[in-house]
Amino acid sequence: MQTRLEAPAEEPLHREADVAVTAIERRFPGRRRRDPVVALDGLSVEVAAGEVLGVVGPSGCGKSTLLELVAGLQEPDAGSITVGGARDARSRLRACAYMPQRDGLLPWRDALGNAALALECGDGRVGRSRARAAAAPLFERFGLEGFESARPAELSGGMRQRVAFVRTLLAGRPVLLLDEPFGALDSLTRGQMQEWLAGALAAEPRTVVLVTHDVDEALLLADRVAIMSPRPGRVVTSLDVGLERPRPRRQTVTTHEFAVLKEQALEALGQ
Amino acid sequence: MSALRFRLIAPVLMFAAAILAWQGVASTDWFDDLTLASPTEVADSLWSDRSLLFDSLGTTVTEVLVGLAISVALGFFTAVAMHLWRPLHEAAYPLLVGSQAIPVVIVAPLFIIAFDYGLWPKVAIVALVCFFPVTVNLMDGLRSVSAEQLKLMRSLGASRLQTLWKVELPSALPSLFSGLKIAATVSVIGAVFGEAAGAESGLGYLVLLDNHQLETPRAYAGVVLLAVLAVGLFLLTALAERYATPWTREGDPSV
Repeated sequence: MQTRLEAPAEEPLHREADVAVTAIERRFPGRRRRDPVVALDGLSVEVAAGEVLGVVGPSGCGKSTLLELVAGLQEPDAGSITVGGARDARSRLRACAYMPQRDGLLPWRDALGNAALALECGDGRVGRSRARAAAAPLFERFGLEGFESARPAELSGGMRQRVAFVRTLLAGRPVLLLDEPFGALDSLTRGQMQEWLAGALAAEPRTVVLVTHDVDEALLLADRVAIMSPRPGRVVTSLDVGLERPRPRRQTVTTHEFAVLKEQALEALGQ
Repeated sequence: MSALRFRLIAPVLMFAAAILAWQGVASTDWFDDLTLASPTEVADSLWSDRSLLFDSLGTTVTEVLVGLAISVALGFFTAVAMHLWRPLHEAAYPLLVGSQAIPVVIVAPLFIIAFDYGLWPKVAIVALVCFFPVTVNLMDGLRSVSAEQLKLMRSLGASRLQTLWKVELPSALPSLFSGLKIAATVSVIGAVFGEAAGAESGLGYLVLLDNHQLETPRAYAGVVLLAVLAVGLFLLTALAERYATPWTREGDPSV
């Protein structure tokens, strides 16, 4: 039994995969049966392998629904979604690692155990202690050393998000789907975490869809930013950021290019 | 005085005051000794009748513990099965509520007829009254996991049983313990009902007998032991809860 545990260390954790969303529609039952709520209406967007796509839109425009659809947690009512060529929900589930809005950490597990959860589930699962051993090196790499045995209640919001992100990485999928990862943080911590995430994605390149309601965050972290309309959600504009990643926050947000991009984004959002 | 010391001392003072008041009332000439036994008479009976009382206590403790164990095991499997399989939930929920609506006083004699005298009818009654709080609280606990958490587990590729074992059951522990604490206290009442319907030993049986024979102090002593048993079971459950769910107390300065 030459194990799956050793596999990640030898070959990279990820295969490359791109994402293609074509003219999808998603409806939910409304208050009256006759008129359903149309969350997404003819949305199309593509993400190249290794690209970071930021998705920005007003509250309730269907950003999270889009992410759950790509993740294979839901199926669209019309249109198609492929992730690395895989079309059905089951295969999409296997290709994507989903990081929910709230960190989803289990209060009875310590930080290392929470990250290791990703290795204890699914087909390639390993036992608890081996999962912990495999997760430990990522704690060192991502600034969590010394916090291994802290319970989530003892961690700050930023540290909790780091643990959740390490868990997402450990799932070993080529595509990361991040749903407003820093939405609940104060603005200073949020700035630090954005730089941290930029560094983490440079160290562990993946295809990423990053949903956020913060234009600066999307422009700082993404290669391309898709702006969504209010419900029913569609992509209104797609902006190429065209700057090297990772970008140092302070030096980037004060440049002229950044200001121009931000103006275009805000205009597309109707602000 | 610190808050903790007050929390320890206040109930003791309250208890002592109640005993003193009871002694005071019982020592007057308003009641004769057969109507109301005083605390000292009860204490005296606890000592002089200790052999009979503790034999009876042993019977009742056995009934309670076996009944509790059966209700916990049955309740656990019922709750998990109903949680995992929706049609069973729809089909069995009314029956579950119905089990709690059964008046124990009336069915106790029927159980005696069905199971004969001895241990089993009492065990059945204890299990019947404890089954509902255990099952319903565990089911509520299993359902308390957020939709987002369940999506995360699906996304990680977790099977239904992995989600149950790693997320839903641990999440349900605090709720399960709430059910167990209720079960621990009502179990003693269930055993007494069972013994009242027909028995040859046990504290409930003894108290009833002493009542008829005007052995008032010993009847009181039996009641005291029953109360101690119920409180003891409750405290043991609370202690197990503290040990099993340490994360629920984090950030609580009072402990």
